[in-house]
Amino acid sequence: MTSAPASAVRVVLFARYADLLGSDALDLPAGSVSTVADVVASVRRLPGGDALPPHVLCAVNLRQASPADPVAPGDEVAFLPPMAGG
Amino acid sequence: MSAHLRREALDPAALADAVTSADRGALVTFVGIVRDNHAGKVVRRLEYSAYEPMADAECARIVAEAAERWPVVAAVEHRIGVLAVGEAAVVIAVAGAHRAEAFDACRWVIEEVKRRVPIWKREEYADGTTAWVDPTAPGGAVPAQDAGSRP
Repeated sequence: MTSAPASAVRVVLFARYADLLGSDALDLPAGSVSTVADVVASVRRLPGGDALPPHVLCAVNLRQASPADPVAPGDEVAFLPPMAGG
Repeated sequence: MSAHLRREALDPAALADAVTSADRGALVTFVGIVRDNHAGKVVRRLEYSAYEPMADAECARIVAEAAERWPVVAAVEHRIGVLAVGEAAVVIAVAGAHRAEAFDACRWVIEEVKRRVPIWKREEYADGTTAWVDPTAPGGAVPAQDAGSRP
C-alpha cells in the first residue's frame, strides 16, 4: 500500500467495508476534511457508502481515533469493521 | 511480513520457548483453533485478513502492556490467510515466576487481541454461503456480498 499524497488524506477500507464500497483505498482532497467525522461523512456519500453502519470505528495512522480527532494531509484513516481475530 | 502475523502454520511450542527462562516457573499458553461450526452452520474453512501494520503494532502494544501490568513476558502470534478446520489461528504464550500472574496475563492478552487487533474473519460454510464474522451482529455474522468470487 503506497502512502497518501501529501495533498490528500488516504482512506483504507477492510473486510465488509471494502466490499460495501467496492474499493480498499481511496484519497480525499485534504482541504475537504479536517476531522475523522468529516472523513466518514465524505465516504458515506460515495456509492455504497450509505450501507456503512451508523457508527464506524476509525484509526488514524495505526491508532484508534474518535470522530472529533483531527486529520491532516498525508494521514491514513482506516475504517475498521467489528474485529474478529482470535 | 510482521513480527506478530504469520501466513504459515503457527508453532505454539516455539512461541512458548521464546518466553520461558530459568527464573520463570509458570508458563501458560492459549491456542485458538478453527472450529467446524458457527451459529449452527458447518464451517468448511475461513480466511483471516488484517490491517497488517496496525495489527502488528497493536499486538506489540498489548504484550508491552501485559508486561507493565504483571511481572511476565508475553508473546502473541496470529495467523492470516486461508485456514482449515483444526488449524491454530492464534497463539498466546505467557511466562512468569508464578502461575497466578501467568494465567491472569494470558487471559487478558487474548481478550485484548480479540477486542483491539484489526483482524477480520470470513467464513465459508458447507452450504456454499460465506459471511463476515461480526460479534456485534445478530447471529454473530453478516452474509458476505462476494460469495464465491474469491479463491
